[in-house]
Amino acid sequence: MGRGQRALVAVAAIWLAWAGYAIFIVAPMERTMRELQRIFYIHAASGLVGLIAFFGSFLASVGYLASRQDRWDWLALALVEAGEVFCTVVLVTGPIWARPVWGIWWTWDARLTLTFVLWLLYAGYLMLRRLSEDAARRAMLAAVFNVFAFVDVPLVYFSIRWWRTQHPGPVIAGGPGSGLDPRMWHVFLTVWTGLLLLLLVFVLQRYRVAALEAALEEEELAPMTDRAVREQAS
Amino acid sequence: MNVLRRAWVICAKELRVEFRTHELTLTTGFFVLLVAGMFSFAFEPSSTEARTLVPGLLWLAFLFAASLMLQFSFLREQTDDTLSALRLAASDPFAILLGKAAANGALLFGIELVFLPVFIVFYNLPLSLLSAPLLGILLAATAGLSLVGSAFSALVARSRMRELLLPLLLLPLLSPVLIAGAEATAEMFDTGSSGGRWWGIVLAFDVTYLAAAWLLADFVVQE
Repeated sequence: MGRGQRALVAVAAIWLAWAGYAIFIVAPMERTMRELQRIFYIHAASGLVGLIAFFGSFLASVGYLASRQDRWDWLALALVEAGEVFCTVVLVTGPIWARPVWGIWWTWDARLTLTFVLWLLYAGYLMLRRLSEDAARRAMLAAVFNVFAFVDVPLVYFSIRWWRTQHPGPVIAGGPGSGLDPRMWHVFLTVWTGLLLLLLVFVLQRYRVAALEAALEEEELAPMTDRAVREQAS
Repeated sequence: MNVLRRAWVICAKELRVEFRTHELTLTTGFFVLLVAGMFSFAFEPSSTEARTLVPGLLWLAFLFAASLMLQFSFLREQTDDTLSALRLAASDPFAILLGKAAANGALLFGIELVFLPVFIVFYNLPLSLLSAPLLGILLAATAGLSLVGSAFSALVARSRMRELLLPLLLLPLLSPVLIAGAEATAEMFDTGSSGGRWWGIVLAFDVTYLAAAWLLADFVVQE
């Protein structure tokens, strides 16, 4: 890890510690949900960060298909893995909040279902990579699958929106009557920035590991090719 | 030769291979029959319950059957090592994909036509449910899913555990088709409507993936 990355990790850690303080101490108490509402800061911010990661991985996969450069593939992989982590956080914190507020853990509402389907699609992406052996082919398969999966998102969204919706409507940019107390806004933005920094840390680390893995794979293949060359020569 | 002609040649070749052996249609049809029976063992629905359950069951059975059947589309070329020849002969990957998808779609739709009456008999539903809108939306959905499924069949042909991998990748992607298909069928059962706006989802799915397949065919069909 270079000095720049170490500094980034330090900044992210301090920022997140501050965000935790903001969630529990700075943020005002919500009138009806009381303490429970505080999970919203993590839940909604993670959701936004996850979506950004998945969208970024789609762009990286398009970049790979256009340029065939490995670094786009590493970036797409790093973003999917990190996005999957944030998506998992959303899926875990959601039911914890819903049980006392809605009285149920889970409902097949539009946004819950969409998040779940997204999680499944990108878990599929990671499995596809794991089960494909040849590195060049794997990068291509993963990129193609990523594009196929991403264009599915609007279709999934509209099909389940017509199907049913229970999730609270958009709080932040919804219609009249929606909106956050300015103090809550500040806390939300603090948490969101902290999680974006965390995403950056994850992605940089995973990208570095992906590059190392690729180098290792080449290293392992190299002696075999040497042997093949010698055999052919003799 | 233009793309459609080439695709038609591939499609005819696929159908010829299938009609000589009947391997895919027999096994897939048997699977659908099994689902129809096993579901009844598990839930034992009365005929009023069946009316609300069968739309979902029908689509689930066909989607699972498709995800099992489609993987052999490119696997066959892989094991027989004939993909390079196919690429040389057709010289257009999109035509190969389209031809394979058309053949798979035709086979799947045939299986659906045969087994729709079986569901009606097993669950004591009125024969009038076999309506033009239902067959139409089945055909539209089958076209889209066989296109995506055939593309994925090519993608996973060289992966380990590909038999398991294809359903895992394909089924989440097909969730809009499942929702739209099952909801449209339920509406048709309840009110005799033609499925209304759910057609939009199914047709949008078809158009989206036709465009995606056209753009990405070169990457999908690789030796």
